Amino acid sequence: MTTGPHADGAAMDAPRRRRRGGGGRDGERAMVPPATFASYYGRPIVKTAPWERDIPAYLFLGGMAAGSSLLAAGADLRNLPELRRVARIGALVGGAAGTAALIHDLGRPMRFLNMLRTAKPTSPMSVGTWVLAAYGPLASAAATAEIAAMMPRRLPIAGRVLALSARPAGVLAAALAPALAAYTGVLLSDTATPAWHAARRELPFVFAGSAAASAGGLAMVGTCLEQAAPARRMAVGGAVVALVMEARMERSMGLSAETLHAGTAKRLMNASRALTAGGAIGAAVFGVRNRRAAQVSGVALLAGSVCARFAIFEAGQQSARDPRYTVVPQRDRLQRAANA
Amino acid sequence: MSRWTRTADPAADAGWKNAPPRKGFFTDSSICIGCKACEVACKEWNGIPEDGLEMLGMSYDNTGSLGASTWRHVAFIEQPRRAVAASGLTPLPVVAARPGENRSLDGAETGIRWLMSSDVCKHCTNAACLDVCPTGSLMRTEFGTVVVQDDICNGCGYCIPACPFGVIDRRQGPAGSRNVGIAQKCTLCYDRLGDGMTPACAQACPTQSIQYGDLDELRVRAQHRVDALHAAGVAEAQLYGADPNDGIGGAGAFFLLLDEPEVYGLPPDPVVTTRDLPAMWRTAAIAGATLLAGAAAAFVRARS
Repeated sequence: MTTGPHADGAAMDAPRRRRRGGGGRDGERAMVPPATFASYYGRPIVKTAPWERDIPAYLFLGGMAAGSSLLAAGADLRNLPELRRVARIGALVGGAAGTAALIHDLGRPMRFLNMLRTAKPTSPMSVGTWVLAAYGPLASAAATAEIAAMMPRRLPIAGRVLALSARPAGVLAAALAPALAAYTGVLLSDTATPAWHAARRELPFVFAGSAAASAGGLAMVGTCLEQAAPARRMAVGGAVVALVMEARMERSMGLSAETLHAGTAKRLMNASRALTAGGAIGAAVFGVRNRRAAQVSGVALLAGSVCARFAIFEAGQQSARDPRYTVVPQRDRLQRAANA
Repeated sequence: MSRWTRTADPAADAGWKNAPPRKGFFTDSSICIGCKACEVACKEWNGIPEDGLEMLGMSYDNTGSLGASTWRHVAFIEQPRRAVAASGLTPLPVVAARPGENRSLDGAETGIRWLMSSDVCKHCTNAACLDVCPTGSLMRTEFGTVVVQDDICNGCGYCIPACPFGVIDRRQGPAGSRNVGIAQKCTLCYDRLGDGMTPACAQACPTQSIQYGDLDELRVRAQHRVDALHAAGVAEAQLYGADPNDGIGGAGAFFLLLDEPEVYGLPPDPVVTTRDLPAMWRTAAIAGATLLAGAAAAFVRARS
């Protein structure tokens, strides 16, 4: 056997040095693809996250819940009861399903409460757990009041308590919502997964924008045209932020942006762009007067958000599988440090 | 709780009073003979289950990589002599450290430069796995090492993509088997250290390629070894993970390598991801504020 370390899967007799151009912001930009790089039989260096579909699903659901809580609080304060009801129930469903997905993804789901035995600002997952733990009951209280009010028979005392607590609970949930929508960007970026870490400057904006777009979309589906104007504005604004910041993210990611330009991640991201842009245009142009158009646009925005989360998740996993994305940017960084 | 600033003494930083000197490994790959005694000793002492018996087609390496049930991993790299000669590297074995001495039993040139190295958890000074662990299961011991507390870990898996070396992983296997579903990695034989014993891998190593001891002393010893190799003409000998100013604040388990780190499957310039975390939190705060402002703006003219 005369196998040596792979030089990018190429000839075995050049197992060493490879140098090339590159450079740019913070070491992660590499304009010229490397000719060769060394690796150990092409094996990954960093490990992929052991997370399955639960996690990108949670990214979407948590974001949709956060955006919905903001819409619900605004609708409550502006006296838009139908928008308020749809958004509060959307927040409940998103928050509850998202939490269930998180617990399901654990290696030991029965131990999920161990998350609450400490609080660590160095762990975005710890921070997120505490935000979610505070947010969940508040959003649930606000939504429960809506559901109780929809019941044919009124609950005498509990109904009054719920009705009185709904507004403070909803406003507090909305106060936590921006953290819930944005922290997930840090959650992914605070890893050695090349594409996620390289996206750290833009990812919280992409996710916050996507959260607003999805929550606006959901409210457009369920709310009459007269009350849906804030949802439309939030959807369009969120879609614009998500699209612009995602494009900017791909420019600043450097080499690992390749992972968004191939395979499943590429297809998902292309679908996300089309659905998000189409949904935003539909919402702004046709969604103002046509309920059906508003609903179609809302569904497109929701689907666009789902696709964006899965695309970014998948790109990160792919960047961890291929040692190129670990080795080449680090070699660039060393080279620049040596030159400086 | 771990930290965002650099530290020289991780045990004291973690709150240990009167901590013993920091312990570590110096793995000198120039005298590794690829016997895998370290892999076997580690599995036996720590009661680690079998995790796949496959032929990988990677020289004599059928272990593959570090993982939840592989806490020592011996890499085998066969470099054809032609390429070695062209690169100016020293044909090995470096035990002899002279060109032309790499012969098989019948005296023929093997045509191969053969590298072997036993990889292990680096027990980083600034450990990303420990930083990101949301349960506090990963902890810093009084010896300055990083250990998973099996009874606390809930298998969230966050430490796995956080590690810049791809060391830690979640154990798979039939439900109910020992520690299935939770993160596992080298403990630097925490249970042996407490009794003043040497970790199993270092104890079993027949060539002292794996040396265990006080980290300060190991670093001095390693520098002497590199100097000796350089003097013997092995110019490519280099230490990996020994510099306290590198991206992880220096490794508790560091290496002497005879080629670039990536040839052995090691990242050439590892950085603890949490180094950038304050900036990431600032970015998220601005993104969240933008969302809040945008939501407020959406309601400016709304009223029924």
